[in-house]
Amino acid sequence: MKRWAGLGFVAPALGLLLVFFLLPTVAALLLSFTDFDVYTVADPSRLRLVAFGNYERLLHDDRFWTALRNTLWFVAVAGPLSVAVSLAAALLVDAKVVRGRAIFRTILFLPVVTTLVAVAVVWRYLYHPRYGVLNQLLGAAGIAPIDWLGDPKWALPALALLAVWKGFGFNMLVFLAGLQGIPERLYEAAALDGAGRWQEFRHVTMPQLAPTFLFVGVITAIGYLQLFAEPYVMTQGGPADSTLSVVLLMYEEGFRWWNLGYGAAVAVVLFLVILAASLVQLRLQRRSVA
Amino acid sequence: MKLWTVFVHALLLVASALTLLPLWWMVAASFMPPGEASAVPLRLWPSVPTLEHYQALFARLDIGRHVAISAGLAIVTTAIALTVNTLAGYAFAKLPFPGRDRIFRGLLGALVIPGQVAMLPLFLLMRAFGWIDSWIAVIVPGMASVFGIFLVRQYAAGLPDGVLDAARMDGAGELRVFRSIALPLCAPILVTLGLVTFMGAWNDFLWPLIVLADDDRYTLPVALANLVGEHVQDTELVMAGAVLTVLPVIVLFLVLQRWYVAGITSGGVKG
Repeated sequence: MKRWAGLGFVAPALGLLLVFFLLPTVAALLLSFTDFDVYTVADPSRLRLVAFGNYERLLHDDRFWTALRNTLWFVAVAGPLSVAVSLAAALLVDAKVVRGRAIFRTILFLPVVTTLVAVAVVWRYLYHPRYGVLNQLLGAAGIAPIDWLGDPKWALPALALLAVWKGFGFNMLVFLAGLQGIPERLYEAAALDGAGRWQEFRHVTMPQLAPTFLFVGVITAIGYLQLFAEPYVMTQGGPADSTLSVVLLMYEEGFRWWNLGYGAAVAVVLFLVILAASLVQLRLQRRSVA
Repeated sequence: MKLWTVFVHALLLVASALTLLPLWWMVAASFMPPGEASAVPLRLWPSVPTLEHYQALFARLDIGRHVAISAGLAIVTTAIALTVNTLAGYAFAKLPFPGRDRIFRGLLGALVIPGQVAMLPLFLLMRAFGWIDSWIAVIVPGMASVFGIFLVRQYAAGLPDGVLDAARMDGAGELRVFRSIALPLCAPILVTLGLVTFMGAWNDFLWPLIVLADDDRYTLPVALANLVGEHVQDTELVMAGAVLTVLPVIVLFLVLQRWYVAGITSGGVKG
C-alpha cells in the first residue's frame, strides 16, 4: 500500500518534468540534426535530417564564434569580479566591529531580488553618454564622457558592470554562510600565534572558504553563460555584435528567423559548455573531499 | 582599533550608497517633471514631485492590466508549484517506493540542463497544443522544478519518523498524514519555496516574451521592455514603469527576507 502511495505523490511532478522539460530537452538534441526552418513551421512534411549539418554550419558562422567569445569573455571577466566584490562585501558585513549588520546585508542584497529587465532598463539610462548618471559623476572627476553602450569597446564591460551589481549580493550571502561556518577556535589559535588581520585572512579564512569559492565560482559562471536579458534590453546584441551572447543568438535564430534546427544546435552547444563547467566542479569537489 | 572600526563602516556606507544609487535614481526620476531626469547637472531629487507619469501609465497605457496579469500568473504558478513539489519532495524523503533513489539521483543530474535548451521544442509543443499566446503556456515551465523538490526533500528528511508513524497507527492514510502532520511541520520551507517561485515567475522574461504575441496579454516585464521601445525618450515615464515592476518583489523580499535568506544558505542553489 505504502509503496504505491509514494509513487502517487511523485507522479504529478515527474509527469510535468517529463513532458515539459526532459522530453523537450531530448527533442532539442534531435531538432539540432534537422533543417527545421520557417518553411517547416508552415509545412511539417518538409522536415529533413541533416545529420551534423547545423554543427558544421556553426563552425563556419562568424556570428556564432563572436557570441561564444563574448559569452566566455563575460564569464572570465565578470565572474571573478563578482566573486571578488561579493567576498569583500561578505568580509565587511561579517567584521566583528560592524553595527547594523542586518541593514547593510539587506541593502547589498537588494539588487538580487529586482527584476532583471527593469534594472537593465534603468541602467540603459544611467549609461546615457550625455545625461547618464555615470558619465555625469565621471565628468565631475574630470573624466571625459564614454559612450558606454554605443562603443563596441565599452558595451560588453558596461553589461558586465550591471551584471555584477545585480548579482553580487547572492554570492555575498553564500560567502557569509561560509564565514559563519569557520570554527572560532581557529581564529583564537591564530591570535595566540600572534597573527595579524592579514595573516588571519590568508591562513585561516581563505583555506576554510575554499569549498565556498568553488561553489560560488561555478554557479556564477553557469549563470553568466546564460546571459540574455541584459543585451536584449540594452543593446540588442550591438553595436557590431559586440554584446551578442550565445542565448541571444539562439533566440534570434530560433524565434526571430525561425531557424529552429540551427537554433537548437546553438542550445546544445550551450548545454555542453555548462555540462563541462559542472563536471569541473564535481571533479574539484571530489579532490577537495579526498 | 578605533580607526579600523571607522574604516570598515566607511567602506560599508560607500558600498551601500553605490548599490542603492541606481534604485534611488529610478525612484527619484519617476517623480520628476518631464525632461528633468535628463538634466545637466544631474538631479537626485525631483524639483517638484509629480505623479503624472504613474497616472499616464495607468490611465493611458493600461499598465494596471499588466500588473494584474503578472500577479495572477505568479500566484497561480506558485500555488501549483508548491503543491506539486511539496508532494514529491516529501515522498522522496519519507515514502520509499521501488526505484526511488535512482529517480532522485536522475533528477539531480538534470539540474545541469539549462532551461533554455528545452525552449525551442517546448515552443513547438505549445504550438501543437494550441497554447501559444495563452496564460497556460506561460506557467507550464514553472509548475514543477527539480530545485523545489530538492529543497523540500532536504527539509522533510529531518522530520521525526515517530510522529508520522503514530498518525499511521491511528489509521490515517498517507495523504492525511501528509496534510495534517507533515505539511504544518514543513511550513518554513514552504514559505521559502513559495517566495523563490513567486519571484522567479514575476521576474521571468525570456519565456513569456517567446510565447506571448498579443500586447494585451504581456506580463509586466515584457510590457516594460515594449514600453521602452515606444517611449524611449520619456525617461521619467519609463522609470515609473520600472518602479512598478520592481516594487512588489522588493516589498515581498523585505517582509519575508528571513525565509529567503534561510533558503539560499541551506539549499545553496540559485533560485
